[in-house]
Amino acid sequence: MQQIINFIIRNKNFLLFLLLFGFSLLFTIQSHSYHKSKFINSANFLSGGVYNSVNNVGNYFNLKSQNQLLAEENKKLRSILLNSGIEADSIFIDSLTFGKSYRFFSANIIKNSYALNNNVLTLNKGRNDSIKQDFGVISSNGIVGIIDKTSGNYSTVISILNATISISAQLKKTNHFGSLTWDGKDSQFTQLIDIPKIAKVKTGDTIITSGQSSIFPKGVPIGTIEDFKLDQAENYYEINVRLFNDMTSIEHVYIIENVSKEEITNLLSDN
Amino acid sequence: MNSIFSIHTIRFIALVFIQVLILNHINFLGYINPYVYILFIGLYPVKNNRIILILLSFLLGITIDMFLDTGGIHAGACVFIAYIRPVILKSSFGMIYEHQTIKFNSVEFGSKLTYFTLLTVLHHIVLFSLEIFSISKILLILQKTLFTSIFTILLSIVVTIIFSRKTK
Repeated sequence: MQQIINFIIRNKNFLLFLLLFGFSLLFTIQSHSYHKSKFINSANFLSGGVYNSVNNVGNYFNLKSQNQLLAEENKKLRSILLNSGIEADSIFIDSLTFGKSYRFFSANIIKNSYALNNNVLTLNKGRNDSIKQDFGVISSNGIVGIIDKTSGNYSTVISILNATISISAQLKKTNHFGSLTWDGKDSQFTQLIDIPKIAKVKTGDTIITSGQSSIFPKGVPIGTIEDFKLDQAENYYEINVRLFNDMTSIEHVYIIENVSKEEITNLLSDN
Repeated sequence: MNSIFSIHTIRFIALVFIQVLILNHINFLGYINPYVYILFIGLYPVKNNRIILILLSFLLGITIDMFLDTGGIHAGACVFIAYIRPVILKSSFGMIYEHQTIKFNSVEFGSKLTYFTLLTVLHHIVLFSLEIFSISKILLILQKTLFTSIFTILLSIVVTIIFSRKTK
């Protein structure tokens, strides 16, 4: 017994080092797997608050370009609305949401990240705004990511520039679908894999979400095909997708809730 | 004692904020961000208790990790260099370290450069190995380590020169 205690006292530095290094390794491994419980994330009171207050100032620097983006989007939506023949009465706000399968929330990105291997963004909306895990996040140009952790007022988003993410996506022309992943190299490109060889793939074609994952509705734009090649087994295409979104400068995003998601997952888990 | 304590507290907080709010947004050439916060570990007094340094490094790393959502990569790298620091001190300062009389303001520039270089390169190797976490991408790890180290070492030296008090 005496010797054990002596051993611990003699090697206390090394043992402490091993313990703490083990902790950090544990956190690291957890962060490399999708949706594992993470104790350390930026959606908490301290870091969320710091990012939010700094962002309140930083917002002003790109106010002009962000306004232009939003005005551009409004123009697009106006023209769709007016040409669709639906009566556009801006005063009457429909408070009944029955029969709609997707609900939208607006949010601001208070921490953007695109230089790491596993990028995570932070938003200024959280549980108090009824944001939950697995909601989709898009911007006016296309897809951004999936909500991961939420706190009272903030939430973290697994960006599409994250090596652990995999989103169901398809070619716009035909309905061949595959999964969207990222190889960690360039923030302008993501990779679409598992597109069957039979699909007619052409450079410049549009890639959209397929709506099969019950996170994103069908038809959210992702990007265009930059180049493609067959994989090693020569059965599937690996497609390089140039994103519509400039992930290095996004600020205003929309969070999508699939209202019927619970029903779908219950149905799937029953079988 | 009290003033030393407060100096290190202020340095800790200031370095975390500078790192998180300014240096992580540089993204030079797309991915190069200097990690200057390790100056806290580098400049920690030599005489003080090693256990406290290791604990403080873990705290520093985990704070940075919390802000960047990176799991535990910074904590791991910081704990590693905090544990191995005596070896680095001995190899870069030699005899002076044996007598425990190093003042970081008054050592030669050459040995200071060696010290920071060793500290930074070791930190970055552990950091990027944990971040990328795949042996097949070892070239990417080494490339990131090399370029980021150059940036970090340069900035660390500049910061220590600017903030050093003349001891004449």
